Amino acid sequence: MSDDLRVIQTDSPPAEGACRTQGFGSPLQLSEEHDLCPGCGEPVALRAILDAVETLDLAQRAIGVVGIGCYTALTSLIDLDLIQALHGRAPSVATGAKRMRPDSLLFTLQGDGDMVNEGLQEVIHAAARGENVTCILLNNGVFGETGGHMTATTVLGQRTKNSLEGRDAAYHGHPILIADLLSRLGGAGYVARASVHDAPGVARARRYLERAFESQMKGEGFSFVEILTMCPTGWFVPTAEGPGYLDDVLAPIHQLGELKRDGALVEPD
Amino acid sequence: MSGVEIRGTLVIDGERCKGCELCIPACPPAVLRMSEARNGSGYAYPELLPGCTGCGACLMVCPDFCFEVYRYDEPIVLEGGTP
Repeated sequence: MSDDLRVIQTDSPPAEGACRTQGFGSPLQLSEEHDLCPGCGEPVALRAILDAVETLDLAQRAIGVVGIGCYTALTSLIDLDLIQALHGRAPSVATGAKRMRPDSLLFTLQGDGDMVNEGLQEVIHAAARGENVTCILLNNGVFGETGGHMTATTVLGQRTKNSLEGRDAAYHGHPILIADLLSRLGGAGYVARASVHDAPGVARARRYLERAFESQMKGEGFSFVEILTMCPTGWFVPTAEGPGYLDDVLAPIHQLGELKRDGALVEPD
Repeated sequence: MSGVEIRGTLVIDGERCKGCELCIPACPPAVLRMSEARNGSGYAYPELLPGCTGCGACLMVCPDFCFEVYRYDEPIVLEGGTP
């Protein structure tokens, strides 16, 4: 039998004898249409966030504060209350919202350019004060929306629009490992770093997000989840090689795993 | 000749696909492949061959929300060799 004859009809659901286990998007999504590049990791991370909110049944209490970046275009897909913050200022906006509505689930959605370049002091002070909010960082090492130049988290050797030969420590300085930095602050209760480069990674990202949200609802202080996302456009790699590039180049520096849990540092294995 | 057990299936929205191919290596039984045909935007899109387990790994890694996952109540056995 030739392969073409063996392709299964996938235009419509099976007529009978099967149940739908997962839909196209999360139940908290208004739409599945977006204009981000092929192979982008940010919609994958968005789904993990919405799935975590849905799993914990916190949708009615959730308020998101969104920074500026490619992911800002995804806000039209999200069926949650959202506040648009100025570039980098989401942790401070979230601080105010959480203090006025202490029963709500407050999370920020920020990129590395937004959080670590534009608003580094905001997130550090929010963590040091022990604000009871969850900051979520989508880290791909480039300012994707404004053209793909280097950010403070770009790893040494990574090519971007203004580090075409790779980031050079002598010329560009060293990357800031923000999750490691925040985990050392006393106000932080939960800090973890995940990725979305493969299915087990996405499952882990969901688990960390759920733990961060639970930590916030228990009032354990500042919680932080960094999610490494693919940006094949900004990395100058074919879309199919994005996950491998993340695993080979970003993950050895921004190491995956939980850094702090229940207010105590987690020792690396 | 042994048959192929099919425990699940997909609905694939090929028109929404941007051809990133992330689902191809993500599929544990390796039953997804990219099409020869192109969709309205000019991208190849995934096609399903027999052997889906309904695990949903493709859906988890897809940035464009192109997959819907179904699981059969009773597995189907398709005669005609291994995939």
